[in-house]
Amino acid sequence: MNLDQPHPLLEVRNLGKSFGDRRVLSDIDLALWPGEVLAIVGESGSGKTTLLRCIDGQVAPDAGEVGFRSRSHGTVDLAGLSESQRRRVIGSDLGYVHQNPRDGLRLDLSAGANIGEPLLQAGLRHYGRIREIASDWLAKVEIDPGRIDEPPARFSGGMQQRLQIARNLVTGPRLVLMDEPTGGLDVSVQARLLDLLRRLAADLDLAVILVTHDLGVARLLADRLMVMQAGRIIESGLTDQVLDDPHQPYTQLLVSSVLQL
Amino acid sequence: MNAPTTKTAASAASCTNGYNFAYLDEQSKRMIRRAILKAVAIPGYQVPFAGREMPLPYGWGTGGIQVTASIIGRDDVLKVIDQGADDTTNAVSIRKFFAKTAGVRTTTKTAEASLIQTRHRIPETPLQAGQVIVFQVPIPEPLRWLEPRETATRRMHALGDYGPMYLKLYEDIARFGRVTTAYDFPTVVNGRYLMSPSPIPRLDNPKLDRSPALQLFGAGREKRIYAIPPHTTVKSLDFEDHPFSTERWSHKCARCGAGDSYLDELVMDDHGTRRYVCSDTDYCDSRLSAGGRR
Repeated sequence: MNLDQPHPLLEVRNLGKSFGDRRVLSDIDLALWPGEVLAIVGESGSGKTTLLRCIDGQVAPDAGEVGFRSRSHGTVDLAGLSESQRRRVIGSDLGYVHQNPRDGLRLDLSAGANIGEPLLQAGLRHYGRIREIASDWLAKVEIDPGRIDEPPARFSGGMQQRLQIARNLVTGPRLVLMDEPTGGLDVSVQARLLDLLRRLAADLDLAVILVTHDLGVARLLADRLMVMQAGRIIESGLTDQVLDDPHQPYTQLLVSSVLQL
Repeated sequence: MNAPTTKTAASAASCTNGYNFAYLDEQSKRMIRRAILKAVAIPGYQVPFAGREMPLPYGWGTGGIQVTASIIGRDDVLKVIDQGADDTTNAVSIRKFFAKTAGVRTTTKTAEASLIQTRHRIPETPLQAGQVIVFQVPIPEPLRWLEPRETATRRMHALGDYGPMYLKLYEDIARFGRVTTAYDFPTVVNGRYLMSPSPIPRLDNPKLDRSPALQLFGAGREKRIYAIPPHTTVKSLDFEDHPFSTERWSHKCARCGAGDSYLDELVMDDHGTRRYVCSDTDYCDSRLSAGGRR
C-alpha cells in the first residue's frame, strides 16, 4: 500500500443515485490509494453493487464526482465523461470482476481467447504473443495451461472465477472492482481463491474494491472496510478496527451474527 | 446511372404495362439513392433504409435488386451473376427482370457491363473505373456471430471496438493452425469500419482493395446499404504473425486451364470423379475464345 503517495487513485465525492423515486446511494465519499484493498460490506439492497457500477461507468450517477487518476490524462471525473472519452482516458486501467463468472466470460470461446480478448482490445495483434501471455496467466491463476483451448463452459465454478480474474488482470489494470468474487463457491475453493487474490494484489500493487457480505473474506483481504446500509456509508475504518470494535448497531449485529466455530 | 429525374414520356413509355421504370416507384428510388449517397460518404458504414417488398423472396437478392433498380439508367448495360455464373436461375431471372422493367441492354461480358449485380463472387476480369458492382448481402453485420444485440454491435462500430472480432481468427488458428474462414472474410474499410464483404470467397477479398469501380452492398432482409467508393483501401483482418493470405489449389480449370481463378468442384459420376471448372463463366469462355486450352 502506498499511503505516502500524495494523491489517491480514486476519489469519490458526494455520489448519489436514484432509480425513480428510490434513493439507492446518498452522499458516498471514499478515497482509495494505489495498492490498497477496500472492502464494502452491507446487507442485500444496501447499494454496494450500484456503487461499483457507478464507478465502472455501467450506471450514470445523478450527483457527485468520481475522480480517477489516469496514467495518461491526470485526474479526471469519470462521471462526466462520454463512453468514448472514458475508454480513451481509462484504457485498461480498470477491471471488473462479476459475481457470476458467466457474466464476465465468453463461455463458447476457448480459455485462451477469453484472456486474449482484453489484449486484442488494447491493440495487440500478434497471435504468438497473445498465446504466450494467455498461458502464463493460466498458470498464474492455477489453471493447467494445457487446457488453454478448452471453453470455460467445461471448467468448474472456481476455475471459471479464476479465469475471469486472469482476464481482468492481463492488461495490468491499477484498479479492479470485484463484486462478490467468492459468492457461490464452496468453502475450500473460496479459501484458495482468496489466497490467490491476496497474492496477486500484493504482487501487482493492485488497488481493489471488494464488495462482499462475507465478513471473513473482508477480514482476510481488506486493508480497510466500509459498512453500507440503505445507500449510505455508516461506518468505515481499518478492517480490524471496525470488526473488533464496531460502533454502529447494524455493524454490531453483523459482527455478532458470524458463526464462531 | 442517369435514371429519369422526372416522370417524362420516356418513363411512361417504358417497357411494360403499368410498371414504373425499373419496377420501383420514384419515391422509393430517391430514398434508396439517398441511403447510397450516405453509404458512399462513410465507406463501410451500414446505412439503414426502408427496404421495399420485391417480387422475389428474401435471400434471392432483394437488397441488391433494390440498389440496382435505384441506380440503373437507360444507357446502362447490365450483367448479373450468381456464384460467378451468368446462366444460373437467379442470375437469369434478375437479368430478365431488368430487361423487362427497364428495357436496358444486358450482357454476360464483364468488360462491356456498366452495372454488375452479383451474388457470392467478384468477376475475375478486373473492374474498370466507371463500372458499378452491386452485391447481394444476406447478413450485413460482421459482428453478429459475436454479439446478437443490434444496440451492442452499433456501439462497437461507433467506438471502433473491433478487438473481439479477432477472436474469430484466434480460435481458428488455435484449433486448426491457420485461419479457416473461407468466405465472408471480415475487412476494415478505409481504416475505420469493419465490413462484411458478403459471402464472396476469401480469394476475392484482395479485389475489393482500391478497386477503381464503385462497390455497393444491399441487404434486403436486414434493410442495410453500405458502400466502398472507388480507390478505397480495404484490409482483411489478420495477425502480425499470421498475415492474410488467399488459398491456393493444385487444380486448374478443366475447360480453359486457368490456374488463378476460383474453381467449382463438380462431381461427374457415381464413382466420385471430380472436375474443376472456373466459377466465373464469362472469364472461362473468354479465355477459351481467345485460344486457351480446350
